[in-house]
Amino acid sequence: MDNRVHDDEAVSLRKQKEALPLYVTRIKVYPRAVAGQWRRIKWAVLVLLLGIYYLVPWIRWDRGPDAPSQAILIDLDGRRGWFFDTVIWPQEVYFVTGLLILAAFGLFLATSLFGRVWCGFTCPQTVWTDLFMWVERLIEGDRNERMRMDRQPMSVAKAARKTLKHAAWLVIAAATGGAWVFYYVDAPTTLMKIFRGEASAEVYAFVGLFTATTYVLAGWAREQVCTYMCPWPRFQAAMLDEQSLIVTYQKWRGEKRGKHKAGDGWEGRGDCVDCNLCVAVCPTGIDIRDGQQIECIGCSLCVDACTQTMDKVGRPRGLIRWDTLANQQAMEESKGSAEARWRPVRPRTVLYAALLLVVAAVFLTAFALRTNAELTVQRDRSPNFVRLSNGEIRNAYTVKILNKQRQETRYRLALSGLPQATLGIVAAGNEGGATDLVVHPDTVGTFRVFVTVPAAAAPAGAKSITLDIRDAGGQARASHDAVFVGPARRGETP
Amino acid sequence: MPTKIEKDTLSGRDTTGHEWDGVKELNTPLPTWWVYTFYATIVFAAVYCFLYPSWPWLNGHLEGSLGYSSRVELTQALEAQAKSRAVYVDRIRTTPLAQIAKEPELLNFAMAGGRSAFQTNCMQCHGAGGAGSPGFPNLVDDDWIWGGSLDQIYTTIRHGIRNADDKSRQSMMPRFGADGMLTGAQVAAVTDYVLSLSGKAKATPEGAKIYQEQCVACHGAEGKGNQELGAPNLADGLWLYGGDRDSVYRSIFYARNGSMPAWSGRLDEATMKMLAIYVHALGGGR
Repeated sequence: MDNRVHDDEAVSLRKQKEALPLYVTRIKVYPRAVAGQWRRIKWAVLVLLLGIYYLVPWIRWDRGPDAPSQAILIDLDGRRGWFFDTVIWPQEVYFVTGLLILAAFGLFLATSLFGRVWCGFTCPQTVWTDLFMWVERLIEGDRNERMRMDRQPMSVAKAARKTLKHAAWLVIAAATGGAWVFYYVDAPTTLMKIFRGEASAEVYAFVGLFTATTYVLAGWAREQVCTYMCPWPRFQAAMLDEQSLIVTYQKWRGEKRGKHKAGDGWEGRGDCVDCNLCVAVCPTGIDIRDGQQIECIGCSLCVDACTQTMDKVGRPRGLIRWDTLANQQAMEESKGSAEARWRPVRPRTVLYAALLLVVAAVFLTAFALRTNAELTVQRDRSPNFVRLSNGEIRNAYTVKILNKQRQETRYRLALSGLPQATLGIVAAGNEGGATDLVVHPDTVGTFRVFVTVPAAAAPAGAKSITLDIRDAGGQARASHDAVFVGPARRGETP
Repeated sequence: MPTKIEKDTLSGRDTTGHEWDGVKELNTPLPTWWVYTFYATIVFAAVYCFLYPSWPWLNGHLEGSLGYSSRVELTQALEAQAKSRAVYVDRIRTTPLAQIAKEPELLNFAMAGGRSAFQTNCMQCHGAGGAGSPGFPNLVDDDWIWGGSLDQIYTTIRHGIRNADDKSRQSMMPRFGADGMLTGAQVAAVTDYVLSLSGKAKATPEGAKIYQEQCVACHGAEGKGNQELGAPNLADGLWLYGGDRDSVYRSIFYARNGSMPAWSGRLDEATMKMLAIYVHALGGGR
């Protein structure tokens, strides 16, 4: 854009439009391959995480004939979450909330300790982008080759390579979208149905959706997701401080940078030989030597790149390395004589760790105390109580029993806190005075329960009572507090 | 028109060329993907306007090529719901009441359906919980005027009480005072006698004598009433029109003879059955 207008003379609309770029186009990043310690770690993490993601739905778990045999299954139709031997009911969705809170505090702690380690190593965007870049490199070659090819006019060879690349990307994307669906439906049967064209429209829609997002985000959008779309880079600054480990360029050591010929001395200059390798390998296309930037995802590939160069020119490694801002400043001020220190124990990290532990403790306690029966009791408020023709006072309750066991269970209902009270139950076929409540496996049983006391024993006003249930084997028990209301005065009507 | 585009020395960016009293604005472009997303929303809006009801018109509105309307959707949803319930509704219709109460699945369905029908049709008089109000019987206690068995409740719902239905429950208590059959003093005496049945007053021999002459035929020697005739139990201390002396006096002097509509013309067979099941389970069922 050299033709910008800097004066008052009349210019054509077209020229003005050229002069006023309202939209920036993306400058494509061509990251170069690099080998090294961090790259190896990143590959290992990638294989581990993708392995978990793709394979977990295929773990089988025998739960008998009436239950899904998939170890981890979120059954939205049946409204159950199956996690190995644990079955989560919709009303226990707070366990998921607990997991999310745990994940959030874990992320806060990791960030205050190690900066953007989540972004650089484990974020799905990073992992899939890494995978897509690997495929791209395999088909189109490394940075220079790709750049050269993109500059060339379209040819059969170029078209063939591009087509191959996008086809490979789409296959991976489809596998990713497919794997997502398998967490919600039985994996083996659904896979067959997908290929036979028998799966439901929802299945195809979600496979399509996640295929599209994977393809677009990992193939095309890449670093733009981190820079523009993701909110996390913008508020993680609240978790980082000068003691957090981040990827840094050791400016005190590197400057003044410049090209270096073999045989030249190192006096009066910095260790940075300006090879630009750190820029070439960067997946977000930034220069780490400019200092902390919002685009930096802490992937450490520039560390590997610089290590290569330092080894080549025979200078000590670590010109670009994980370090704290405090160290950087100390080194800068002392011209390199300060001792590198790292304080992982800081009020901030202690707070995050404490919160993490508290939430984990609450979560585990709640999980350990989880029962396989739950009881809720709701008292009829209209009317508050009923006077029967023989003078007895009666309250009615709606009792719900969640039977989380996988067999039909007979619960015995008992009442405490009200002497001389008798229980009556409206249940199918219950004409006698039975106080057993039968609930089908894995369902909620609803019953109407009457509590009756003789007029003389009726409390004046409200009285706390407790209803409890237990099954024959004592496997399941639960209790619920309730209230029995009697007439406040003799002869009062409800 | 923007005319003076300058390079800002601090940020190194161009200005937009606008200037307001010396204040200039940096030109900060939007990311391309954002712009295209914005275009996509415009396209979406245009397509939406074409497919769905959108623009108001002088005499109506643009209906959209899909012919969608929320009323049609409601009708379809209601039809779909009726269809999904049809299995149970058919079974309720063909199963005898006593049998429904024995089958957990049907009982559950009938309780839910009965509750919903009760809240729509019955609660206006009998109260949301069935506790009734003066003049409208309490359905949760065990005091029944026309009987509290499943079949009796069903019959009462179906044909109602003292209405024009051929089979409605009929009975008539004489207006003892208003029609001059008893004097005021006599009514007072029999009031005391009636109240004495539940221990609330002292009976006089005169009251007892009038009761034996006038009331025993329907209400029984001990005042226990007669459900065949819809004659209430007078001895249980539960009163439909109030149990204080004045109310009972008025009941005898003027008679009450409350009525209830027949529901057979308004509700279908299955709904009436579900109502009977529900009311029976409210607490008083026999």
